[in-house]
Amino acid sequence: MVSLNHYLALSAILFAIGTTGVFLRRNMITVLLSIEIMLNAANLMLVAFGRHFGAVDGQIIVFFVVTVAAAEAAVGLAIVIALFRLRESLDPDAFTSLKW
Amino acid sequence: MGFDLPLFYLFAAVAVAASLLVIGQRSPIYSVMLLIASFVALAGLYVLLDAPFVAVIQIIIYAGAILVLFLFVVMLLNAPKESGGPWQRLAAGPRRLGAALGAVFAVELVWALWRVAALREPVAPAGMLPAEAIEPVRSIGQVLYTDYAFAFEVTSLLILVAMVGAVVLAKRHV
Repeated sequence: MVSLNHYLALSAILFAIGTTGVFLRRNMITVLLSIEIMLNAANLMLVAFGRHFGAVDGQIIVFFVVTVAAAEAAVGLAIVIALFRLRESLDPDAFTSLKW
Repeated sequence: MGFDLPLFYLFAAVAVAASLLVIGQRSPIYSVMLLIASFVALAGLYVLLDAPFVAVIQIIIYAGAILVLFLFVVMLLNAPKESGGPWQRLAAGPRRLGAALGAVFAVELVWALWRVAALREPVAPAGMLPAEAIEPVRSIGQVLYTDYAFAFEVTSLLILVAMVGAVVLAKRHV
């Protein structure tokens, strides 16, 4: 029998994978993809808790998370395109003008 | 009912393996493709959780719209590999530290969630679900357009702002 803990553990593992991706990758597109993994881990936990407590509110919040993720992807990729035009690079270490 | 556990482990294994390969890839195209595989496995898990609406928007919006947008940008920028060879910008020390931090974070989260004994019961034991959960999409629509109506309208404004912002940011001469 699948318990709620199974879903929570899977969600935690996926979230940690996304965090590790943000730590390790030197490519802005892959960093954005890692953020999508983390958003999906949160979505999985919301749906699992909603199923556990028999409420649809979890699924509705997932709907809002998906719309925010779509907006975030559109703006984030536009920034990536603008930065790539500026420096011809996707490496976040290439953009250090604001670094103290 | 008996197929729940094997199906869960199948989908979970696919999701975790594909996600690990996403962050292990140097080529962004393969990363995006593997992330689609991971999201399809997650959609299977949503079906197991009796959330067909979420499973469908996962496929249509995430795999169909968001990741296709990523694919467009990867092909538009024509930057197939991370610049300067594999892992070159990140020295061995910070790389190991980052991987160790990620592993510690995973263990920490799983431990914290697993030790809650109250959550060890099966997901939604029989009789716990309200009757309207049999028609999930209808009940989602009813709650979405009544209790969450204001948030729904704000979401449309958010998407408008994101649309205008993306055009302004990506335009060559503003």
